[in-house]
Amino acid sequence: MDKLLSLKKIVKHFTGTLALSEVDFDLRRGEIHALVGENGAGKSTLIKIITGIYQPDSGQMLVEGENAIFPDARASYDHGIAAIYQEASLFEDLSIAENIYMGHQEIRPLTRNIKWKALYNKAQDLIKSLEVNLNPRALVKSLSIAEKQLVEIIKALSANAKILIMDEPTASLTKEEIDYLFRIARKLRAEGTGIIFISHRLEEVFDIADRVTVIRDGKKVGTLSKEQLEVDELVRMMVGKNLKTLYPKEDVKIGEPLLRVENLSRAGEFNNVSFELKRGEILGMAGLVGAGRTEVARTIFGVAAPESGKVYLEGKEIAIENSGRAMELGIAYLSESRGEYGLVLQMDITQNITIPILRRFARFGWINRVEERDTAKRFFDLLDIRATGLEQKVESLSGGNQQKVSIAKWLAMNAKILILDEPTKGIDIATKAAVHKLMSDLAGEGKAILMISSEIPEIIGMSDRIIVMNEGRLVSEIKRGEATQEKVLTAALGEKGK
Amino acid sequence: MNNERYRGTLKNLIRRREFGIFIIIIVVMVLVGLRNPTFFTSDNWKDMLMYVSILAFISIGQMMTIVTGGIDLSVGSVVALSGMSVGIIMRDNPALPPLVLILLGTIFGLGCGIINGLLIGKGKVHPLITTLATMSIYRGLVVVVSRSRWVVYGDITKGFRLIARGNILGINNLMFVAIIIAGASYYFLNHTRKGREIFAYGDHQDAAKFVGINSTRINILVYALSGMLAGFGGVLWVSRVHTAQANTALGYEMQTIASCVIGGVSIFGGVGSVFGVLLGTLLFGIILNALELIGIVDFWKLSVQGFVILVAVIFDAVLSHRVAEQMRKQRRVFDAE
Repeated sequence: MDKLLSLKKIVKHFTGTLALSEVDFDLRRGEIHALVGENGAGKSTLIKIITGIYQPDSGQMLVEGENAIFPDARASYDHGIAAIYQEASLFEDLSIAENIYMGHQEIRPLTRNIKWKALYNKAQDLIKSLEVNLNPRALVKSLSIAEKQLVEIIKALSANAKILIMDEPTASLTKEEIDYLFRIARKLRAEGTGIIFISHRLEEVFDIADRVTVIRDGKKVGTLSKEQLEVDELVRMMVGKNLKTLYPKEDVKIGEPLLRVENLSRAGEFNNVSFELKRGEILGMAGLVGAGRTEVARTIFGVAAPESGKVYLEGKEIAIENSGRAMELGIAYLSESRGEYGLVLQMDITQNITIPILRRFARFGWINRVEERDTAKRFFDLLDIRATGLEQKVESLSGGNQQKVSIAKWLAMNAKILILDEPTKGIDIATKAAVHKLMSDLAGEGKAILMISSEIPEIIGMSDRIIVMNEGRLVSEIKRGEATQEKVLTAALGEKGK
Repeated sequence: MNNERYRGTLKNLIRRREFGIFIIIIVVMVLVGLRNPTFFTSDNWKDMLMYVSILAFISIGQMMTIVTGGIDLSVGSVVALSGMSVGIIMRDNPALPPLVLILLGTIFGLGCGIINGLLIGKGKVHPLITTLATMSIYRGLVVVVSRSRWVVYGDITKGFRLIARGNILGINNLMFVAIIIAGASYYFLNHTRKGREIFAYGDHQDAAKFVGINSTRINILVYALSGMLAGFGGVLWVSRVHTAQANTALGYEMQTIASCVIGGVSIFGGVGSVFGVLLGTLLFGIILNALELIGIVDFWKLSVQGFVILVAVIFDAVLSHRVAEQMRKQRRVFDAE
């Protein structure tokens, strides 16, 4: 009985949609099993059934051979199933040790007071067993995202989790942090833990998975073992058709400089950054997480003020006091973090897409709903947003689809300069290609695009020029024809790469 | 690892904040003393400390509700209701020992608090709305219970008067009691599971539910405690001022909230310290006392109260913004070493 988890013919309906249709899935002891599929394919639903947040309409679920359909998340946790999501579920103002042991701290029998020494020592032991370097007394709010996820893993360990689910854990991590995370995952695998790993980054899946199961449109398409893994086959299974190219970059006539940034500096973030962005150009901004790219983008967009340096738009010097001004000038910024997409969660897709441009449909203050809807529909179709319709409230969309709505909003704004910060992060293959095509089309229309990305293949595939940032400084500029992975990576790593 | 520094930074900050309040207390004391030397007389201090002592432990109760992300607006009314009820019982039964009266008042307060707790914990009514309503209801009951006949100086028995005036171990009763309650609260909140769960719940309700923290129980607990302390305080209050009226402790909840806010309790929940609340209460008490000594009309007291809360909250917002900025700038990419 080396099957930790076994799901048979799981069916789940939501009003109007069949989310899962007779899905089989199993997880062996000491295995890392990846779950891949487009956004909205049903992966999250499957995971939620495993963790007890949802219950299946029909089908069987066995945990270590015993029937188990959990009524709530706590029940699954008590049975050794732990899940780690992108947003950590931790107590920010409390220490790591307290987070691990909240609710079951050791107490002295008579006085009922908490044995603090034991608490910190036990926490330290767990931390050591993972071979990481954290201080159990550190407050969680002082930790980086990667460290918070480590704490979640440690929590799972302390609860003796046999099954660990990692839902897009690498989205906000640097390459180093991802390697670290994988090292820990392999360690856990060696100890017999079963890990379900969900990711959109196929190279990671290839790196870490023992088996890969593909879900498409609520059905299980198939399961491949490590040996059978092959990009084209995998993509075909995910999308149902062969994707000729992920990076549909067309040759576009590049015009004169639209935006010029000169010696821009902000203490602690970036220093003396200068570059130009031309009409019709896609400028890729590469660098490690923390290199300062987002900070530069935000300064251009007016969210933060530059301490020195100048910005020129169409040759004229401009002062961007706030983002409203930036928008007026035709600068758009798509944030990398979902919380900053600028979506009004309780409103529907149409409203979210048209919020910044309502004036276009409003004569004398009266909104022309038909025009509004048509515009929204255009982008809805363009970006292939998976939803029950334009009226669906954004809060109930999957993360990837929320991002699409945000992109649609900026596109609807007809901005001249688009700053896209990790635009395809957390997005599935098919949509990625669509977004890239869109970028290409927009460039063709004469827009200038500054694309910040940590995915080197994307940078190389889509950019006309690449600028690389390292620790706040712009260290390299590479033209399209001359760009290679090594060149970009070396520049991004700075001295460390040598 | 860098974490040491962050934890240090934060712990440092709390210490620095408390130290800051301490400095402000000294400064205010000096300023007021210069303006009116009566400030430093032992009579004045005795009076002020008696006032501050009651405010202190009721504020600690308030702190517990705020730490869970809620608030208790009914404490002023509970003080009045408990005080009035006990005052009347005392008037009609002068032979009853003071300790029994104290116990009764505490139980009345506990009852009021449990009602709040049930409405919030079980009924899932928002704490603000709940306690806003009970604030009025309990206040109304004060009039009903008294049948429009207030408790006056003549009604107070000697024994009852001694509750506030007496001394234990050389310290005024009220101060003594405040210190004991502060110590017990500190212990409860920082060294027991339930106490830590209160902070966890206030910090992140969903995560708390996931580790088995029962939200209903936590809510009932904190509001019951708040009510109980207010009820207890009500008896002591009437003993101190020798009277119970319909407007006893009117608006008192604002003072407890001000004390908490000055003392570093976060309105968003999850953060707060007993020591901070004590300092906050002391500072607030000194300010009130100062206003009286300088001759400022009662009228302005209310404005000053509000002003003080505003200043404290703005200060906190600016401070935490700075800290967040600092932490973010210092944070290096996780070192894989």
